[in-house]
Amino acid sequence: MSNGTKKLSGADIFFECLKREGVDTIFGYPGGAVLKLYEKLYDVDFLEHILVRHEQGATHAAEGYAKATGKVGVVLVTSGPGATNTVTGIADAYMDSVPIVVFTGQVPSHLIGNDAFQEADIVGITRPITKHNFLVRDINELATTIRKAFYIASTGRPGPVVVDLPKDVIASECEFSYPDDVDIKGYKPKYKGHYNQIKKAAEIISNAKRPLLYVGGGVIMSGGSRELALFAKENNLPVTMTLQGLGAFPGTDEQSLGMLGMHGTYWANQAVNNCDVLVSLGARFDDRVTGKVDTFAVNAFKIHVDIDPTCIDKNIVVDLPIVGDVKHVLAELAAEIQKTPDVKEWWNQINEWKEECPMAYEDADGKLRTEYVIEQISKKTKGEAVIVTDVGQHQMWTAQYYQFNHPRSNLTSGGLGTMGFSVPAAIGASFGIKDRPIISISGDGGFQMNIQELITAVAYKLPIKFIIINNSFLGMVRQWQELFHAEKYSFTDLSASNPDFVKVGQAFGIESYSTDDPKEVDTLIDKAMSINDRPVLLEFKVVKENMVFPMVPSGASISDMIVKRLNPKRMM
Amino acid sequence: MKHTISVLVENRFGAFDRVATMFSGKGFNIKSISIGETEFSDVSRMTIVTDGDEQILNQVVKQLNRLIDTIKVIDLSHTNHIQRELALIKVGLQKTTMEEIKNITDIFRGKIVDINNKSMMIEVTGPPEKIDAAVNVLMPFGIKEMARSGTVALNRGEQLNQKNEFVQTN
Ligand SMILES: Cc1ncc(C[n+]2csc(CCOP(=O)(O)OP(=O)(O)O)c2C)c(N)n1
Repeated sequence: MSNGTKKLSGADIFFECLKREGVDTIFGYPGGAVLKLYEKLYDVDFLEHILVRHEQGATHAAEGYAKATGKVGVVLVTSGPGATNTVTGIADAYMDSVPIVVFTGQVPSHLIGNDAFQEADIVGITRPITKHNFLVRDINELATTIRKAFYIASTGRPGPVVVDLPKDVIASECEFSYPDDVDIKGYKPKYKGHYNQIKKAAEIISNAKRPLLYVGGGVIMSGGSRELALFAKENNLPVTMTLQGLGAFPGTDEQSLGMLGMHGTYWANQAVNNCDVLVSLGARFDDRVTGKVDTFAVNAFKIHVDIDPTCIDKNIVVDLPIVGDVKHVLAELAAEIQKTPDVKEWWNQINEWKEECPMAYEDADGKLRTEYVIEQISKKTKGEAVIVTDVGQHQMWTAQYYQFNHPRSNLTSGGLGTMGFSVPAAIGASFGIKDRPIISISGDGGFQMNIQELITAVAYKLPIKFIIINNSFLGMVRQWQELFHAEKYSFTDLSASNPDFVKVGQAFGIESYSTDDPKEVDTLIDKAMSINDRPVLLEFKVVKENMVFPMVPSGASISDMIVKRLNPKRMM
Repeated sequence: MKHTISVLVENRFGAFDRVATMFSGKGFNIKSISIGETEFSDVSRMTIVTDGDEQILNQVVKQLNRLIDTIKVIDLSHTNHIQRELALIKVGLQKTTMEEIKNITDIFRGKIVDINNKSMMIEVTGPPEKIDAAVNVLMPFGIKEMARSGTVALNRGEQLNQKNEFVQTN
């Protein structure tokens, strides 16, 4: 809608654009270069500005908001250090295809390049970690640039976009008009898959003896979970999911094989190795999934549905690529299937694998283990919570033992593997989702990486359950040290140097509890679930030396999976 | 294998850097790169000569396409096209060698564009292989300095890219 000829300031235009984009929440931190915007913000009432305590927290919060809601997450920070602090979150969003728009202040145009106070070339710095970025050099381009930024971030394969705003541009004036349409010559995302390819895929799936659906985060992003469920159910197809794909298909459904890959279930990985048709849906054959590529699903006819052509034939060469939006393609695929495949024997085989090597952990010694804690959280919340994990062993155990029943319920840093993600991302999610519990699960290491954001949760009275799985170690690294690095536990033992997490929580004003007794787990979870007007913190002190299994060692074939704890000496 | 890729990009701040960043970030090779104006004031053409097997080339083309500022990517290797490069070659000069260098320059249809009593600057244009050949023949005389433009290339006949026909997927 173009309107009026009245001149507006850059700051007015900025917020007018956000309004048109339907932005209701922004995560930010003020500073010199964005003071004009903050001045205006004082009177803006259509959105809520959330003051974080570190700009990294702002980007992860925006990611959490975006992952949980499917809307674009928005960040506003100042130039220089404010901008560079956002870099990890931007890289994280890039790897996991999260739609966020990060507005950074910049020194006045005439000072750019002069090593001015708080100048950083954030456009240059973020070029390889953004889907696209812009430096707004002229006030007349501000509105179209913001329009483009939101469009690029949220369409096609989503991703982060940075918009750098020089101080003088924001301070100047021009006539405002907001473009209805975006026309970018070099960017026309393609949603509809090629009909002949889809038809061929349907035929191949119909005739498959051992078909397998390999589902990634793309299904969730496209909003295609329903289409997936219909397609899988109709044809009785087994479904395995990547870390980002968890929740795309209900974990409690008997057709779910759980996660595949490095810490996937035995039966999911066996199914990958033995299937005759592998249908990849919005997944990218990441190395954590494939292990050694030359031995990955070697006998399978591979169909790859992805909206991003660069994902196709990047890691694994496939037989039938379909470029398009998974939701669209799944609907068409389902319609094209003439006869359902005969998969009875295949299911018998899969069920045998399930019995051969079920997920199990030690619990006879009465000691507290992460697996148990996660299982209890899963039971207590009936798979209905939004779970935001950090990175490490607890993340993998959550993926294994929490039964995600809905898409957008498993928020985790998969591609970049960013410790410190959980606390701020849970905060972001909490602004977007009000009707489901938000549970942040971190290790004792990662919890300390964005610990400052606890106060953000307190300040906004967010009903987040902050759970710390304290094994007194950088657990995942410890596991690799035990298995592959001669048990040299170099700098991973935190037992002597961890803070008292209950006291930390209390210092932030958070009701905090701790236990190392399995018998108390349920009570504490109940307690936490009963608090709905403020954050609560639970520390579970679990055994120090525990390992995530099954495990496919990095770069090994999936068939070389370690299913249970071996004598580490034998691994050398 | 060597491939020549023609890339039409928006003629705007940062477009070139994006392409260069992508190449280094993905670990692709650039043998030569040139950039200049086209028949449209808002579009530049980059000609990139790169190295790699079919799978790598496919990735290069797709990754280029994925950049928002790229409008069209054409792998010229599969089309009938013309390649040209320009080189300025400064060769050491002695009284006895002058005649010979002049002859060589003529053979390559080059031009002598500058001369003083120590050296002579030769301009040669042609397909990159011809430049390579000229460089090889001139080598024994002592090449003091050299500048090569990098390859520019265009397909023969009908244009492949009517501006309003740009189709692109991301
Ligand atoms: C920012 C960052 N630094 C380092 C790493 C490497 N790393 C991966 S897992 C891990 C250990 C995490 O320990 P903790 O947070 O205690 O979780 P646990 O594995 O014990 O569950 C480390 C250090 C990382 N992923 N991210």
